Amino acid sequence: MEEVPHDCPGADSTQAGRGPSCQGCPNQRLCASGAGAAPDPAIEEIKEKMKTVKHKILILSGKGGVGKSTFSAHLAHGLAEDENTQVALLDIDICGPSIPKIMGLEGEQYVEDNLGVMSVGFLLSSPDDAVIWRGPKKNGMIKQFLRDVDWGDVDYLLVDTPPGTSDEHLSVVQYLAAARIDGAVIVTTPQEVSLQDVRKEINFCHKVALPVIGVVENMSGFVCPRCKKESQIFPPTTGGAEGMCQDLKVPLLGKVPLDPHIGESCDKGQSFFVEAPNSPATLAYRSIIQKIQEFCTPRQPKEDLVSS
Amino acid sequence: MAGAGELAGAEPGNLSGVRHIILVLSGKGGVGKSTISTELALALRHEGKKVGILDVDLCGPSIPRMLRAQGKAVHQCDSGWVPVFVDQEQSISLMSVGFLLENPDEAVVWRGPKKSALIKQFVSDVAWGELDYLVVDTPPGTSDEHMATVEALRPYRPLGALMVTTPQAVSVGDVRRELTFCRKTGLQVMGVVENMSGFACPHCAACTNIFSRGGGEELARRAGVPFLGSVPLDPELSRSLEEGRDFIQEFPKSPAFSALTSIAREILNATPALLS
Repeated sequence: MEEVPHDCPGADSTQAGRGPSCQGCPNQRLCASGAGAAPDPAIEEIKEKMKTVKHKILILSGKGGVGKSTFSAHLAHGLAEDENTQVALLDIDICGPSIPKIMGLEGEQYVEDNLGVMSVGFLLSSPDDAVIWRGPKKNGMIKQFLRDVDWGDVDYLLVDTPPGTSDEHLSVVQYLAAARIDGAVIVTTPQEVSLQDVRKEINFCHKVALPVIGVVENMSGFVCPRCKKESQIFPPTTGGAEGMCQDLKVPLLGKVPLDPHIGESCDKGQSFFVEAPNSPATLAYRSIIQKIQEFCTPRQPKEDLVSS
Repeated sequence: MAGAGELAGAEPGNLSGVRHIILVLSGKGGVGKSTISTELALALRHEGKKVGILDVDLCGPSIPRMLRAQGKAVHQCDSGWVPVFVDQEQSISLMSVGFLLENPDEAVVWRGPKKSALIKQFVSDVAWGELDYLVVDTPPGTSDEHMATVEALRPYRPLGALMVTTPQAVSVGDVRRELTFCRKTGLQVMGVVENMSGFACPHCAACTNIFSRGGGEELARRAGVPFLGSVPLDPELSRSLEEGRDFIQEFPKSPAFSALTSIAREILNATPALLS
């Protein structure tokens, strides 16, 4: 390989199998035959299914372990506190489905009457079962989740994603293309090792024309429960999310500090908001959730929101 | 495996000079695979070993920055890519897709087949030369990259897999699946490392279990694999990785130092037994 690798054009692109970056790809012949060129009928089917879903939000990162699933779960809990709001949480992390554990579910799909969850985790019979699937099979599962699950009337469909910028991310954006996604919430931690992956994710969003609702900086400082002094366990050596958001001109939705109760709550499958209602982390989450709601259902023109 | 030799008219395999291959796996993202890979390489180097690191996390290649090698150019020789040396003494070499990207903010948005194809090339076309240990850092999951890596490395009989977890159940849950992956693909598990294992407040020394406790040791016990050690949270470690510094050299008094050097020594001690 002498050239810098370029993006795969996509199996359904006119360049499929023919582009310079297709050389050497094991799927080249299949793509060049035009097999992938016809639009997938599932896209229209999913558009129909999504007519009863008012708002769709993707939770992305690029970096693993920054708290996407934790955030998705608590965004779901927060939105569902209003019993008139129907919330659905879809976990498309096929290899590492964390949502069932964090939501305290062992197979039931409803946490509350107005909060439903779908995850490949429910389809596994044992906690040791590994989902060792290649891309195309993962994409098929995501298609099934979107097309074949009876979502019903939903105010918010939240989609928790795995780390990276790969099959799952491309697929969910492609399958929901006709159904309009409100936007993406991007989760990071303060250090450069995370930010360097998150910048890629923001670039991915721009590339696929996915609006960025904003960035959440998680694990942002730790206050010692004994002496109450703050430490930066993951130091923001290059300006943290704040610096990155200024550079890339995306909103910073908020910063959530480290709180040992969060990890404990997730392990027990309980809402952290119930376990520690007055924690600075809970307050940070609530403020972020409110901003997301305002983005999705603005009471005033969006331009005013951006400048406030 | 060591010194596989040259067949007449054929290229000697680029891994033929590599004595031991270790895969660092997790299943769970963000537990510290790249951190442990980097620190393990530095610790093995301090024990006098020649080490290579192969970073097959195509979407999130973290290792170049951790060794202050970001932005370095890669060259080709007759045998393939020349890995980047991260130090003057040329005792640590590194190959990562990070070196092939013109713009570090550009996302590598590839589907599975293309990722698998690149990983096969990385495994066979990097001219490592003579190495005591090759540490292979992987992305989270049990998918294309992992299958491609294990298949490509299989002829070279890796020493085994090092599993990294954090203490909490959400991490352990994914690592259990990764252990199944190892069993199904015939990859020996060298042991479990529990990272982010508690935080000692630098102001008052009180220890807080920020990410729960006990999960790693329990996981190792249930899976019947060695527990290699717990690495505590240490802002100096995070900072060293951010700045591409040699934590093992610069912070011998840090609480994470003794854990990391002990893990490296365990691996060195266990190597002969794992070979048989």
